[in-house]
Amino acid sequence: MASTSVRAGMLSLVFLVLFLGIWEFGTQVIAPQQGELSEYELLMGGADQEARVPPPSEIIRHAVAELSDPFYDRGSNDKGIGTQLAYSIYRVLTGFLGAMAVALPLGFLIGMSPLMYKALNPYIQVLRPISPLAWMPLALFVIQDSEQSAIFVIFICSIWPMLLNTAFGVANVRQDWVNVARTHELSPIKTAVTVILPAAAPTILTGMRISIGIAWLVIVAAEMLVGGTGIGYYVWNEWNNLDLASVIFSILMIGVVGMLLDLALGKAQKLVEYKE
Amino acid sequence: MSKSFLEVDGLSKVYPDGQGGDLTVFEDIRFALQKGEFVCIIGHSGCGKSTILNVLAGLDESSSGNVVMNGKEVKGPGLERGVVFQNYSLLPWKTALNNIIFAVKARWPSWSKDKVREHSERYLKMVGLDHAMDRKPSQLSGGMRQRVSIARAFATQPELLLLDEPFGALDALTRGVIQDELVKIWEETRQTVFMITHDVDEAILLSDRIFLMSNGPNARIAESVRVNLPHPRSRATIFQNPAHQKIRHYLVDFLVNRSGSAQPDEDGTPKVIDPSDGDAVPQRVAAEPEAETETTAKAVNA
Ligand SMILES: Nc1ncnc2c1ncn2[C@@H]1O[C@H](COP(=O)(O)OP(=O)(O)O)[C@@H](O)[C@H]1O
Ligand SMILES: [Mg+2]
Repeated sequence: MASTSVRAGMLSLVFLVLFLGIWEFGTQVIAPQQGELSEYELLMGGADQEARVPPPSEIIRHAVAELSDPFYDRGSNDKGIGTQLAYSIYRVLTGFLGAMAVALPLGFLIGMSPLMYKALNPYIQVLRPISPLAWMPLALFVIQDSEQSAIFVIFICSIWPMLLNTAFGVANVRQDWVNVARTHELSPIKTAVTVILPAAAPTILTGMRISIGIAWLVIVAAEMLVGGTGIGYYVWNEWNNLDLASVIFSILMIGVVGMLLDLALGKAQKLVEYKE
Repeated sequence: MSKSFLEVDGLSKVYPDGQGGDLTVFEDIRFALQKGEFVCIIGHSGCGKSTILNVLAGLDESSSGNVVMNGKEVKGPGLERGVVFQNYSLLPWKTALNNIIFAVKARWPSWSKDKVREHSERYLKMVGLDHAMDRKPSQLSGGMRQRVSIARAFATQPELLLLDEPFGALDALTRGVIQDELVKIWEETRQTVFMITHDVDEAILLSDRIFLMSNGPNARIAESVRVNLPHPRSRATIFQNPAHQKIRHYLVDFLVNRSGSAQPDEDGTPKVIDPSDGDAVPQRVAAEPEAETETTAKAVNA
């Protein structure tokens, strides 16, 4: 009997083949539709040949072409998928690192001081549920730069999970370990670095993992709004070109990159985990 | 004033009782420790032993009274006082050796890396754990963890070692082995130790004196019992000494019959008792020599 993971892998493959098979077959049946043009097709200039959902074979062909030269750059509306993804990843990481720089120290402060927690909690509770995209107009007005505004939106949406998890992790460090630091006369800074940080690290990393996931969700929408570059803009642009194979391929790539970001944080999480 | 190493003067701890009044857990605790003494404190659960120990450690504050060590008032925790907690309190993300290195580095920040490591390894060897140096606490048994914790406390060579029921969570066999190790380390280092235990035999094996606490609320340290047995002691042979039986019966009698009513001397200091001097043994105990209590039944010769 093969192991569960081998069997699960085989089953996944079966599902994939079934799914792609039905898709491929389905699109071929619908495609050669003849007769009167519908109102929609009239509006689209009779462009049904391009606008139909492409079969997977076409998407795979498209993917191979794109991935064989992912980083080309032929002017503002014609960049490789790799280049577009790189823009998005750059924005996500910049906003995320900025959020980290604020959320970790602030989280420590809130976690260590019940007074600060009480004082700042109302603001956090009001700011946290705001859709990050709601900040976009204000950001565009204040920062006057679409690139920076997108980064700011990422910053804002990444900050909350990290801040709250850091505060929670720090506040709940076992008193025994804090007492170990106290009986060894560690300074507050040393206590924070050598005892509280490693003790709270798994909780903090969980917050960071949630944050990067949200950031990756938000960047696509943000780039659709501000335009210019990035995978979000690219998807929107391809939709406007009615290049659906490209749209579907991009959607897949968004999923893959999101998964890789999550995997990276998951690895980091493993590194700081400890068993009691 | 006398010049004892540690002077505890009139400690009390008061908590609000939840109905608008006060609950005095213990009051007017007075005692002194001499340098190099091993003193155990026994008393029923809840009488405030841990609180007293935490006040000595500087981790808790008393409601009144003060603690003076080496002529300086104890305010807050310090490296000259080492603590071994019942739940080991090892840092779980560090290996056994690194837990000790952590403490040694804090104690002697100017030491070189090699010196810190060498010193730490020596203490880990003393508790027989050199083979488990690189294991994390989660990979060690309860007994091994407590040995690391004891090694950590001894490694920093504090002037006063405070142990709060260090073997309370261990099975009897393991406890016996570690008691032997503690005897060995203590004979080597002759550090001043203040230890809480609920195990009468453990107290007799280890201590020079045993403090007996009356029941709370308003608990006091009523008596200070001298353990007149020669060092070095061993678990295997200590029972053969006739004084051992007398001391043991005295302690058991106190815990069973007198802990509710016992009071210290007029001046507030514990009554000094030496059960090995026959007259001090109360009549009642001589009449029922096999008085066993829950406290002792758990403990006997592991
Ligand atoms: N925060 C608190 N509020 C009220 N009572 C407390 C509090 N903390 C401890 N106590 C009481 O103090 C007493 C002494 O506790 P402790 O020192 O742990 O006793 P022991 O170690 O002798 O078992 C207990 O009876 C406990 O109920
Ligand atoms: Mg206790």
